Order: sequence, then structure tokens, then C-alpha cells
Amino acid sequence: MLEILIPVIIVAVIGLVLGLGLSLAGKYLSDPPDERLEAIREALPGANCGACGYTGCDDYAAAVKDGIAEPNLCIPGGKDTASALSEVLGVEISATEQVAFVACGGDCYKASTKYAYSGMVSCAAAAALYDGPMDCAFGCIGFGDCAKVCEYGGIEIVDGVARVDIGTCKACGKCVNVCPKKVIKMVPKENNLKVRCLNTDKGGKTMKVCQVGCIGCTKCVKVCKYDAIKVENFLAKIDPEKCTGCGECQLVCPRGCITK
Amino acid sequence: MISSIVSIILAGIFTDNMVLAKFLGICPFLGVSKKVSTAVSMGGAVTIVMLLATAVTWPIYHFLLEEKYSYLQTIVFILIIAALVQLLEIIIKKFLKSLYKSFGIYLSLITTNCAVLGITLLNFTENYGYIESLFNALGAGLGFTLAMFIFSGVRVRLESSNIPKSLQGLPITLIAAALVSLSFMGFAGM
Repeated sequence: MLEILIPVIIVAVIGLVLGLGLSLAGKYLSDPPDERLEAIREALPGANCGACGYTGCDDYAAAVKDGIAEPNLCIPGGKDTASALSEVLGVEISATEQVAFVACGGDCYKASTKYAYSGMVSCAAAAALYDGPMDCAFGCIGFGDCAKVCEYGGIEIVDGVARVDIGTCKACGKCVNVCPKKVIKMVPKENNLKVRCLNTDKGGKTMKVCQVGCIGCTKCVKVCKYDAIKVENFLAKIDPEKCTGCGECQLVCPRGCITK
Repeated sequence: MISSIVSIILAGIFTDNMVLAKFLGICPFLGVSKKVSTAVSMGGAVTIVMLLATAVTWPIYHFLLEEKYSYLQTIVFILIIAALVQLLEIIIKKFLKSLYKSFGIYLSLITTNCAVLGITLLNFTENYGYIESLFNALGAGLGFTLAMFIFSGVRVRLESSNIPKSLQGLPITLIAAALVSLSFMGFAGM
């Protein structure tokens, strides 16, 4: 009988001592739980996606609590998270739903190449070789690093240019980070217009390398009634705050690089 | 004494490497070796826990279990190591905030790491004394860190290489691990 009883007692006593020690340590050594922090953490989705720029929801919640981070950085949470957070923090948060946008329309029919690339199929590798095989140094290379990294299958390579499916995109920002050319941007999902080009070369040079590159002709600037478009470095930029999506500029653009 | 301690440490690092020769602790070896910095942090955490676990389990084994109840060692050690790691986490979180940021998140991952349990059990099969056991744990921990460091370097290279589709991911990782292990076999005179 003792043969069984003694080992049981040994293990039970060790377990008891350790358990007591741990609970005592937990009580006296750990910091008291921060109610505000926990409330902020509750309001976040908990997906730990990192779209806010912090390593996880816990990290972001701590940054919000300390006032280091803006409370509207949680993109996947969208409006629900924003309203929950604004309740906790007692401030108004404006959250516009965002979506990834590929600012390049130069597909294999419209943009020329400067050399035939035959290395590994990766934008990062191709970009390392003389700024990539495209004549335009600003455009999409089209080997689909973004499509590979997208967890939702929201990016497709069509004719050598990445295209985002607006319905599928969760705006996590992974494609933005992986693109070696920084062609992908986060833009408001609302119905406004965007310039599908990043080429800041002079008009004549842009004209030679791509049929749909912005040449900075300022026709759109003149036609815009809301003062939403500016041309800097031969590249038009549309201010999403001012743009109403009327589409006048889209009609007048000779290069067809303004899109919804 | 000193020469035996040196040989214990060297054996722990090279010839009897925990991961590459004894195949213990494979889970963190494959799991957190994607980046060099995280791999080294993990190695540091494992080293500390190995030392502490040995320091606590050695007296318990020799004063409580050795004669009649040595068969209890596995279950008792798991219990002790798990509690110890939790306690360590609480203490570090309270007093050493910066250390908690670099090590802390990995601590809870190694509560049931077999390399930690392995080193405490191996100390008794080798019949080491208290001091020797501690140095054995130190050597094993350093060996683990070295293996993690080397392998994370290999994996960083793997990230940017052109791997056949059927081998991408875990298969090529296992092949690479086998090759690294093979190279360490050279230390044991194979």
C-alpha cells in the first residue's frame, strides 16, 4: 500500500508547493491588470496581422494606451473596431475603409522592356538587376511577389501587371511591404479617382516607355472643379479628401491613366 | 576538475550537441529559426532555463527520489520545469522589462521543451555531480544556441533561393537540418 501511496504523496506535495508558489508569485509580483489596456485590447480584432505596424494586437493596444499610436491604424477592424475604440477612449475616430491599389497600368502590351529577364520569378530578384526589366523604372514588374504574399488571394497578375480584387482585399498591407518598386499603396475604398502611374520622369521620356504613363500635361488639373489634382514632377496626384469622383479628369486624360 | 569541466562544456556544444547529435528540442529548432535575432533569443532563453532546471532538479532527485522512486523523475521534472519557467517569466516581467521583451515571449514556449527535460535526465545517466551538472547544462544551452544560430543563417539563405516547388517549405528545411546535423557529426569523429 505504501509503495503506491508514497509516490502519490511526493508528486502531490511537489505539485501543491509549486502551485502555491506560482499563485503567490502571480499575486504579489505581477503588475495589476490595466483595465483601460484590456478594454482597448478587447476592442481590437485580435488577428495579430501587423497591419498597424506593431507586432500584434497586444503591442498596438499598449501603444494606443500610452498615446504613442493613433487609434485609427487598425485597418482589418474597419468601422466596427473604430467605433468600439472610440467608445473606450472617448474620442471620435474617423476610419475610412481602405484597399490596396496598384499604381501602374503598364502591362506587357503598353509598357516596353529593356532586357529579357530569365532569372528566378521574383520581383525582388528582378528589381535588383538594373531596376528591373521594364523600361519604366517606376512600374510594376509583374512577377507577382504581392500575389504570393497575399493571404486572401486578392491579387492577380493580368498581362504582367498586378491587379487587386477590391472585394477580396482586407487591406492588411502585406503587398505594400513586399513590393520592391513600392507600386502598391493603400487608398480609401470610397468611390474616388486615382492616378494609375508613379512615373516622375519628364513627359517625353515617359511617353517613350509606356502608353499609359502620366506625362504631367495638367489637363486634369484644369478640368477639376474641386481643386483636387496637382501635378508635381510630371506626375498628377489626386487628393482623396477633395475628390468627389465626378470623373471629369478621367474623360479628359489623354493617357488614360486616371481610374476609379 | 577544470579539464573535465572544459571537456563537458565542449562536448555539450560540439560532439553531443542537443539538437544536432541527440535530436532533442527539434520543435523550436524548426519553429523559431526563421530569423537570426529570434533564434538567438530563443537559444538564450533555453540556456537560462536549462541552468535553472538543472540547479533545482539535481537536489530534488538526489535527496528525494534517488533510492526508491527514481521512476518518478520524468513526471516530477516536467512539473518542476513548467512551474519554474512560469515563475521565471513572472519575475522577469516584473523586474527586467527589457529582458522580458527579448526573451519573455519565448519562455512560455519552452515550458515543455524536451531539450530542457532531456538535459536534466541526462545529468543522472552520466552520474554528474552538482557542479558538473550545471556546466553540462550550460554547455548544452550554448550548443543549442549555436545550432539555432547556424540554422537560422541557413534558413535566411533558403528564403532567397530558387527551390523546386515540391521541396518548398518544410521539406527543404528538414533536408537543410539534416545537412547541418551531418556536419556536426564530424566533431564526433564520424
